[in-house]
Amino acid sequence: MTDATAIDTPADTRKSGRFLYIASVVLLCAWVIVPIYFLLINTLSSPEAVNSFPKSLIPEFDFGSLQFFAGFEGMLAALKNSVVVALMTMVMSIIIGAPAGYALSRFDFPGKGLFRMLILLTRAFPLPLLALPLAVMFIQTGLDDTSFGLALVHTTLALPFSVLITFSLFSGIPIELEEAAWTLGCTRLTAFTKVVLPLILPGITASAIFAFVISWNEVFAAAVLTIENRTLTAFLLQNLDTTALHLKFAGGFILVVPALIFIFAVRKYLFAMWGIANR
Amino acid sequence: MAEIQIKNVAKSFGAYQALNNINLTVADQEFMVLLGASGCGKSTLLRIIAGLETATSGEVWVGGKRIDHLSPKDRGIAMVFQNYAVFPHLTVFENIGFGLRMQKLPNDEVTRRVEKVSELMHIEMLLKRYSGELSGGQRQRVAVARALAMEPDVILMDEPLSNLDALLRMEMRAELKGVLAASKTTAIYVTHDQVEAMSMADRISVMHEGNIVQAASPIEVYRDPAAKFVASFIGNPPMNFLPATPAGKGKWKVAGQSFDGPDTDQPALHFAIRPEDMALAEKGLSAIAKVVEPLGAHLLVTCQVDGAMFRVVLDSDTVVTSGQTLILAPQSDRIRWFDPETTFAIA
Repeated sequence: MTDATAIDTPADTRKSGRFLYIASVVLLCAWVIVPIYFLLINTLSSPEAVNSFPKSLIPEFDFGSLQFFAGFEGMLAALKNSVVVALMTMVMSIIIGAPAGYALSRFDFPGKGLFRMLILLTRAFPLPLLALPLAVMFIQTGLDDTSFGLALVHTTLALPFSVLITFSLFSGIPIELEEAAWTLGCTRLTAFTKVVLPLILPGITASAIFAFVISWNEVFAAAVLTIENRTLTAFLLQNLDTTALHLKFAGGFILVVPALIFIFAVRKYLFAMWGIANR
Repeated sequence: MAEIQIKNVAKSFGAYQALNNINLTVADQEFMVLLGASGCGKSTLLRIIAGLETATSGEVWVGGKRIDHLSPKDRGIAMVFQNYAVFPHLTVFENIGFGLRMQKLPNDEVTRRVEKVSELMHIEMLLKRYSGELSGGQRQRVAVARALAMEPDVILMDEPLSNLDALLRMEMRAELKGVLAASKTTAIYVTHDQVEAMSMADRISVMHEGNIVQAASPIEVYRDPAAKFVASFIGNPPMNFLPATPAGKGKWKVAGQSFDGPDTDQPALHFAIRPEDMALAEKGLSAIAKVVEPLGAHLLVTCQVDGAMFRVVLDSDTVVTSGQTLILAPQSDRIRWFDPETTFAIA
């Protein structure tokens, strides 16, 4: 910044620029926070308060809505299904994704660039396009309406992220650390377990949680591929027009909270995926 | 006993030939420095010895045992890396003891050895710290201590001092030399720093474009370079070269002056002399001073002799001005001759 530009910029211009900046920040925050706040208020209010008008801006900490939610026929089973599918997705996407990430960062092989692009391409096809053939295939193989079948689809969705996150994690670990371990008496495997794994474990956890959240929030495949064993998202969608307002709020809240907490907990590793310095 | 023998080792990366048929023997307890510019293959050779890279062809023997088919962990070779490679998730103690733990040594033996080498490297007060809490110089010490703790037959070092600042580098240079001599291991040390090579080595192998051009004692490499590359790579400022034409039997004409030279029937030779091996005299090469640089300990004058660049190092009290003509007499026993075709020295 030179003196000339400081003179050219009068104080009130800078002030209004600053006002615009703060206003944008506030607007963007409100964009995200206000709906979540309303969700919170309505979840923690009695069913009567939820359906009445005007709304209170302070939650009354009544667990009536949540109780009703827990008592609703099939809701707890759906919640359980969601957890089971998300856990399976988490495990599978790490077991498949982490070795792929390791290979991408440590080995040179023909078609490496293409492979990285293909990983992202798996997200290029809209799920509705794939849903029908998938459903037919699942019915043929007997995977339809099972948690495992759905977890397979969710793993496909989560895999690009787990590969790219672990790729960037492994790349952040200098190969010399492994080489040093080899010269100190490690095999490739023990060097991995004794040196690389402890260093990337937090990142792997983050990647796993991210996969969990992807599965937890996914609704389309869940709605198409399951009938009896619906996950929470699919179950709420199915009952969207028949259930009471307070049930929808409670369900929405139960869906949002774990995702929000998990993503917040692992945010710095998600930045790492895009090569932005950890903050 | 750990004599290292490298027999006909070659390495190519695709079409690129990184090493051409390297043959080298490093004696037991010798300190061998591989010296060369970046990309000359010195690190590749070191990594082949360590087992981190596989040679395309050739054999590596250590202590009379062929090891090139073994994985790094079975070679009994310790290595110090340029970026130290200190494990960030372990304390200094566990870093130094890492290899010993892999050998499943009992706890008290690990402790004894770690304490011994950490005392040797003056890091006994850092044992509880993590790598992130250490300075570059301290990390360097940990890396060396970790290698020494293995009590290896052979220790390999890949530019271990290049990430340190100049003063620390000088200090560590002397210290490393002492520690390694005391440990009685055979050492191969890779560097591109000729001062490091000259000051530490028992022998220097000068590498260029995948070949070892000369392997000899530091003073021999300096005084009697085997090729023009060595002559111009080693020494700061490097050796001066001037074209020479035959002037009778064993006589060569250089810049209008006659010198005693080799008795060959070559049509032309290159005359070479180190900048410090000349004195001002009544009779000799006439040089026009172009740039005068007082360096404190001495005076560096860049001149022109017969249109070619020519450097001379004079006593710092000498008064020289730019444009002045100097008459330089080369010390006759320091004059070297090179074949312009092969670039090799002629005895």
